[in-house]
Amino acid sequence: MVLKVMSANQAIAEAVKLANPNVIPVYPITPQTTISEYLAKFVADGDISAEYIRVESEHSAISAALGASGTGVRVFTATSSQGLALMHEIIFAAAGLRAPIVMADANRALSAPLSIWNDQQDSISERDSGWMQVYAENGQEALDSILIAYRVSEDHSVLLPSMVCIDGFILTHTVDPVDVPGKGDVDKFLPPYKPDHAYLDPKRPMSIGTFTDPNYYMEARHDMELALVGAKDVIAKANAEFAEIFGRTYDFIEKYRSDDADTIIVAMGSICSTIKDVVDEHRDNGEKVGLVRVRVFRPFPTKEIYEAIKGASNIGVLDKNISFSVGGVLHNEINAKMDVKANGFIVGLGGRDIKPTHISEIIEKTKNTTKTTQWIGLNKEEL
Amino acid sequence: MEIPEKEFLAPGHRACAGCGATIGVRLALKMLGENTVAISATGCLEVITTPYPETSWEIPWMHVAFENAAAVASGVESALKSQGKTDTTVVVFGGDGGTADIGLQALSGAMERGHNLIYICYDNEAYMNTGIQRSGSTPYGASTTTSPHGKESFGEDRPKKNMPMIMAAHGIPYIATASISYPEDFMKKVKKASEIEGPAYIHLQQPCTTGWGYSPEKTIELGRLAVETGSWILYEIEEGEFKVTYRPLQRRAVKEYLNAQKRFKHLTELEKDRIQSHVDAVCIELKV
Repeated sequence: MVLKVMSANQAIAEAVKLANPNVIPVYPITPQTTISEYLAKFVADGDISAEYIRVESEHSAISAALGASGTGVRVFTATSSQGLALMHEIIFAAAGLRAPIVMADANRALSAPLSIWNDQQDSISERDSGWMQVYAENGQEALDSILIAYRVSEDHSVLLPSMVCIDGFILTHTVDPVDVPGKGDVDKFLPPYKPDHAYLDPKRPMSIGTFTDPNYYMEARHDMELALVGAKDVIAKANAEFAEIFGRTYDFIEKYRSDDADTIIVAMGSICSTIKDVVDEHRDNGEKVGLVRVRVFRPFPTKEIYEAIKGASNIGVLDKNISFSVGGVLHNEINAKMDVKANGFIVGLGGRDIKPTHISEIIEKTKNTTKTTQWIGLNKEEL
Repeated sequence: MEIPEKEFLAPGHRACAGCGATIGVRLALKMLGENTVAISATGCLEVITTPYPETSWEIPWMHVAFENAAAVASGVESALKSQGKTDTTVVVFGGDGGTADIGLQALSGAMERGHNLIYICYDNEAYMNTGIQRSGSTPYGASTTTSPHGKESFGEDRPKKNMPMIMAAHGIPYIATASISYPEDFMKKVKKASEIEGPAYIHLQQPCTTGWGYSPEKTIELGRLAVETGSWILYEIEEGEFKVTYRPLQRRAVKEYLNAQKRFKHLTELEKDRIQSHVDAVCIELKV
């Protein structure tokens, strides 16, 4: 194994090179842009033979990706924030047309006020689209998640698109040691995509994206629900095979010192690295604190999260998003789907720094159960 | 001209009697043949030809949304190219709203990037699928449901957006205007578009019985009147070379065209004269 030091954006580009898609339509947006640049350079240098389309907007990026996927080939695109919001209409269409597109989202706050910095409002706001969503903690996981995403999305029982989410700047622009796997191993794990039903082929003409009346629409949506729920088995199998070939193990959630914990923090993405440090400090002081990191957000791993947190008396859920007047989305979904009383905390919106002291503050605050969502890290003068 | 008998748009679709759009698609597909992939923007054509689980399309067809047909086609063309399937023709059918208004950005991008595809705008001069609302392609004086005539209004008060010339500004190798009422002229242009390497744009005028307000059997007649009065001019721009492809022997009065349609019925003689002068100016410039 050779470790190379690179950003998560570069790690994602390396994963795309290994997955070898036929078509890459992309549009630049901070902090996704370097993914587009690395891929452009790979194409310019002949390292990959993909058709690289310099589209004029993110709306066209996802539209071209969907058109290309409609011909039955592997495609990749990437975006962030405003770009993802501009894609919104076609995000739903891509899932509805059952196109196994894989896309990276560099998580960034949504305007207004305009911000280029990190939170997860952009991808969380697409949670009802039918896409699978994975939130990576570091560059290695970003790379690996792209490969696993293709494998799962292209499974004939799934055929739903995947979004691999990485925290803007925190992951996209900081470097980590990353093991870039060999092409041979990747080919073993991820065979070429072979569509077996509806794709644009003059020898077997089919109509894709037809007009549907109330007699059929609901069945199409129900099929999506079955496919997304059923994707859990496919993800588990892909994770197991990935571990066998590459020696790295991924699950729907990651449990960090949570098995015997009284207090459990639940969170997603890069903040979990900070939380692990804080958990260690509290453990050193004899406090039974742990972390449950949610990796796969869609399909929602209800059973896995519940099994991991049900034994704790204090649960705090961190959200880098806000569903106004309701609270954080992960927090609300956990309380809605599980027999637990978790406290909800809004953190890190628009790149607000989340310090270890904030995590300790949250750990302290979870001792008193409340239905009120608490905002952590606000400027004192604003309170 | 030999017109192929084989049809690629099956009958039984849900178009109005006298629909001009489906005539245009039938004629175009006859020239393009079976090794063709069609992309539709949302609109009349998409809705009437694909009531799930039925479809009229005998060739592969895809629809995603209203404003992105050219972007979807970009992806399709690139993906076919990546598979070495360069002999497959990619054709887009977008209405005037999907082309001149909401789809203009995606179309501009696709044309500027040089994708090898044919974009055919079937122009019925308003949003017919949603009930005759004004588009950028609606002509001066037309009464629509969002530019109705009334005490304070004579209907649409802006001239029709010049889409073919917007396409010409992109420097693409082939641009043409056409009419369903001149099938040979249209079909020759489709053929030419399919043989040219790179993007081609054809702006096809097609009368709409419900939107324009005339009896369904008069669709072809209305299309002819548009051209014979000089209200719609048939031309092509091949590698920058502008050429009028049909010149009426004697231009008929624009009033004949206007008076045949309910959408212009409210116009005063003064407004009709104003439209005539505008048509005259364009025709003199283009020697029609």
